[in-house]
Amino acid sequence: MSEPRLAIEIAGVTRRFGATVAVDRLSLTVARGEIFALVGPDGAGKTTLIRLICGALALDEGELRVDDVAVTREPQRVQAAIGYMPQRFSLYPDLSLMENLQFYAEIFGVPSRQFASRAGTLLADFALAPFGSRLAGELSGGMKQKLALACTLIHSPQTILLDEPTAGVDPVSRREFWRILYGINRGGTTLFVSTPYMDEAERAHRVAFITEGAILSCGTPEELKRNLRGDVVEVACAERGDARRALRSEPLVRSVEIFGETLHALVASAAEAIPRMQQDLLAASIADAKLREIPPSLEDAFVAGLAP
Amino acid sequence: MKGETSVRAESLTRRFGNFVAVDAISFEIHSGEIWGFLGPNGAGKSTTIRMLCGVLEPSSGTAQVLGYDVARDPEAVKLRIGYMSQGSSLWNDLTVEEHLRFYAGLFDLHGAAGRKAVEEWLDRVGLTERRSELAGELPGGYRKRLALACTVLHRPEILFLDEPTSGVDPVSRREFWDLIVGFADAGTTVMVTTHYMDEAEHCNQLALIYGGRIVARGTPDELKRAPDVGVTVEILSAKNTSILDALEDVPYVLSAALYGSSLHVTVDRREDVEQLRRLLGEHGFPVDELPIVTPSLEDVFAALVRPA
Repeated sequence: MSEPRLAIEIAGVTRRFGATVAVDRLSLTVARGEIFALVGPDGAGKTTLIRLICGALALDEGELRVDDVAVTREPQRVQAAIGYMPQRFSLYPDLSLMENLQFYAEIFGVPSRQFASRAGTLLADFALAPFGSRLAGELSGGMKQKLALACTLIHSPQTILLDEPTAGVDPVSRREFWRILYGINRGGTTLFVSTPYMDEAERAHRVAFITEGAILSCGTPEELKRNLRGDVVEVACAERGDARRALRSEPLVRSVEIFGETLHALVASAAEAIPRMQQDLLAASIADAKLREIPPSLEDAFVAGLAP
Repeated sequence: MKGETSVRAESLTRRFGNFVAVDAISFEIHSGEIWGFLGPNGAGKSTTIRMLCGVLEPSSGTAQVLGYDVARDPEAVKLRIGYMSQGSSLWNDLTVEEHLRFYAGLFDLHGAAGRKAVEEWLDRVGLTERRSELAGELPGGYRKRLALACTVLHRPEILFLDEPTSGVDPVSRREFWDLIVGFADAGTTVMVTTHYMDEAEHCNQLALIYGGRIVARGTPDELKRAPDVGVTVEILSAKNTSILDALEDVPYVLSAALYGSSLHVTVDRREDVEQLRRLLGEHGFPVDELPIVTPSLEDVFAALVRPA
């Protein structure tokens, strides 16, 4: 068995809610040991897909296997083997940090002899050790997220599914959380993460853009950026709002978006578009604009993929 | 009038028991300004906003919003502001349209004016097609859109937005910010908290709160040039995550983080750059030079806010 094994295999999976098709004949594979990021607009089907993978939701059509176990046939076996951290993870605010861990250990049947050492390792790795007796309700947002992850990992799952684990977490805690995720991944664990943060998707081994229940494109961050059809022109100027309005009516500009302190315009050819854009800006009395072609970011690739 | 003082806080303080959540902070916000309030989870951002909205009484100090004292005249304040809290203030068993109609009535928009406002905002936040769906069944990002529409429907003079975009997808986040910039252009004052540092770039003024105190303030550019944010260098290496680990406990490294394919490392002083280069060589990651780059706001944030 030297061939690379798959952690998650999704083949032609469909899930409907009434007349709405939330996941539409979707196919995707995730290799063992991969960090895989799922990115897409609100309502694209990210959460539904994750719930289907972990067997919390039944699929209407298709085939879904996690670590070689068919989710449709043995959902309980899948649920016992994986870790799933939903958007709103249920911690018990009136139980201590350690008691929460113990609770999840019991649900997942972690033998009590193993619990102490497993909990000790997780608390040490997550820098939570000094807070073992603190009530979960009294932890800061970042610490609650770490505790939720520790509970997700208490039974040493091979594959974990994380649904927007860092939404609403501050940048420093977010970095720490990702350092922890890297550490888990180095131990061989597969990570399947949905995220609205493009910088987090950049850190994944592979990324899938999902929209309207289907995969728009999938590949390494580098591949996705290479596949962007067209060039990205950065526009730096003081009056971004005026510049954006001026460039929106330029036929050579497919889209123009505020990007940090600059604008990013998506064009077919930068060489062709830059002189025209310069004229448009001058016509709108914007004289200080600096234009240059830049390598696209993953967010540019995402926006380009969604553009009509 | 643009440029007038909309918010003035003087030594504003809030204690919960022995815990000082907000510790004698003072600041002014002018009309038409987008004032970004940054800081880690639990730093005092939401507590400050709740005091300014008249829903939480200050322990000491004063605050005026649009000339009204928040402690003496909280009702006058509440009528003139729009407040979007972090927790969802939506009713799960009301539809999207029912929410907007309710808020229109609450703020005395009746008859044709109310209907017009409801239709306008359904369209502007992209919820027209979901008007009959129950709020409890909306995906997270759509709930935020609905909450924003409910907050701005009555065209308040000042908006308090507490993490309006957390959990909102990248494309919709830009649309949110187009709206926010539009409000400010029309003279509305906006106080906004966010954990997205690319969004902080849209703000005219920023304040960073940590442990209940404002530790830095200024325009985005001023914050990046502040002397105490250290010196940021860029590393391009295929082994970025291993380098990140090697830098974990180095005392002069203020922060280290991945940006797409590059690594930003912020050190205390310019002299530390050479020391860092030698250290990387010793760990088996030789680099010829470490170019100094302008720090991102996230670098600044991480340098000023150290995890406990």
